[in-house]
Amino acid sequence: MEIILVFVLILASFLGFELISKVPSQLHTPLMSGSNAISGITVVGAILSLTGTFVVEGEVVRIVLGTLSVFFATINVVGGYMVTDRMLSMFTAAKKKEDQHD
Amino acid sequence: MINDTIINLLYILAAILFIFGLKLLGNAQKARKGNFISAMGMLVAIVAALVSHDVLQWQWIAIGMIAGAIVGALAARLVAMTAMPEMVALFNGFGGAASLLVGWSEYHRYVTVGDFMAVSVPSLLIIIVTIFIGGATFTGSIIAWGKLSEKLPSKAIQYRGQQLVNVLLLTFLLGTTVLFGPLREFVSIDSYWLVIITIVLSCFLGISFVIPIGGGDMPVVISLLNSFSGMAACAAGFVITNNVLIVAGALVGSSGIILTNIMCKSMNRKLTNVLFSGFGSGKGKGSGGFQGEANPVSVEDAYIMLEAASSVLIVPGYGMAVAQAQHAIQELATQLEENGSEVNFAIHPVAGRMPGHMNVLLAEANVPYEQLKEMDDVNPTIESVDVVIVIGANDVVNPAARTDEESPIYGMPVIDVDKANTVIVMKRSLNPGFAGIDNPLFFNDNTRMLFGDAKQTTQGLVAEFKG
Repeated sequence: MEIILVFVLILASFLGFELISKVPSQLHTPLMSGSNAISGITVVGAILSLTGTFVVEGEVVRIVLGTLSVFFATINVVGGYMVTDRMLSMFTAAKKKEDQHD
Repeated sequence: MINDTIINLLYILAAILFIFGLKLLGNAQKARKGNFISAMGMLVAIVAALVSHDVLQWQWIAIGMIAGAIVGALAARLVAMTAMPEMVALFNGFGGAASLLVGWSEYHRYVTVGDFMAVSVPSLLIIIVTIFIGGATFTGSIIAWGKLSEKLPSKAIQYRGQQLVNVLLLTFLLGTTVLFGPLREFVSIDSYWLVIITIVLSCFLGISFVIPIGGGDMPVVISLLNSFSGMAACAAGFVITNNVLIVAGALVGSSGIILTNIMCKSMNRKLTNVLFSGFGSGKGKGSGGFQGEANPVSVEDAYIMLEAASSVLIVPGYGMAVAQAQHAIQELATQLEENGSEVNFAIHPVAGRMPGHMNVLLAEANVPYEQLKEMDDVNPTIESVDVVIVIGANDVVNPAARTDEESPIYGMPVIDVDKANTVIVMKRSLNPGFAGIDNPLFFNDNTRMLFGDAKQTTQGLVAEFKG
């Protein structure tokens, strides 16, 4: 394990604190489900777990675990982004209607 | 195989898109674009992962991704807006499960391929950590989903020694992790049981952690679990030494902590207090026991009061979501405006079961964004409001939070509806709310109780206006 990765971790964490610290409360739900979709990045790890050398004795277990993790992570990614978009589209729809009003 | 440098550049691009996406998500006008940008980042990361190795089990990856995409898309499309909190909890749980499986699968790779003893101690430690956080996130989210969708009793479930069990579990898991280091010589392929035990215990810990937390505290729990799923992805990133997992996971982890903190502040409670005290579990319930006579009112009388009001403030709560009354209340607001009243909605930060829950529901019902006011904006001028309609809210308008030091919610900022001229409370009965705390508001002289199903009574009021 490389120490540089810890460095990356620390910097990214501080960036996360800064990005979110001033968000209006009406956006809390989309923000949460949007960041929840980002946590589906595990899908990359899941894909990579199905790469490389496979030997016969461990093959079945690794394929089962890997496929399941790709499956779960993809639900998180696709579902998360689509639900967030659906919520945000309602915010913009309400906004547009108001604009027409003026 | 494509050059490693190109793959890494793609990962960096993905990380940049995530950062931009998250930043725009915090801006009302650009949030949708932000979500799209972050989705593009995900696409870039997935493509980079797919082309990074020659040998891959592409058929299994394809099966997993297609099945997952179908399930995810259907769930996202079909879910009702009122069921959004439990959906987010469920997606979150799946993310945790995926991280757990990645950790497990990597361990199995070490065991079956190559020289197990050559694997370094930190690598093994981080696998245990990944499994631990992922497992606890998974089962914790599933329990949260069960409570939110009312498949499980939503009130706090507590048993004697619960906290002791949690502490012991946590200590045991941390102990196992730490022992992995010095005992490296004894940890061999035969130590597979250690991994299995970690999986079982972390799953159990997730259940045991969330089950004592009452439904009213769910906004805090959901955002905390969201943060955990980010940390799990981050830990998985260390397992496979992948930057993009670490960056994205850390972003979600830290932003989730910020959001959790905002939620706690709006309830004037400490995080430890939310997690360990079991809100609404009966403490202090015996004190006070407000007695008094509530003043019920009929739909017709409520109509007369509203008809004469020049300013109306609507305070929604979880009950509005349960009764699916958001469209009816929007219609009522329109009628009131046509009648010449000024109408606003006051949203408490923790109203509902998820941060910002009420905003989403009212947006679905096409309530203009400008009419949604935050608690701090309405409280200073609330004395001048003629009629406040409280629909399905309880604890967030409880004046005992200001006045009664014995009350479990004493000190929590509330919307001071009792200071308005008249309050109409739509409620099914006089039963205390989710948290089981008595609400003296219901017995005030200027409060009128409009009993019945919130949707039906609101529709009744609309019908009165339409005459």
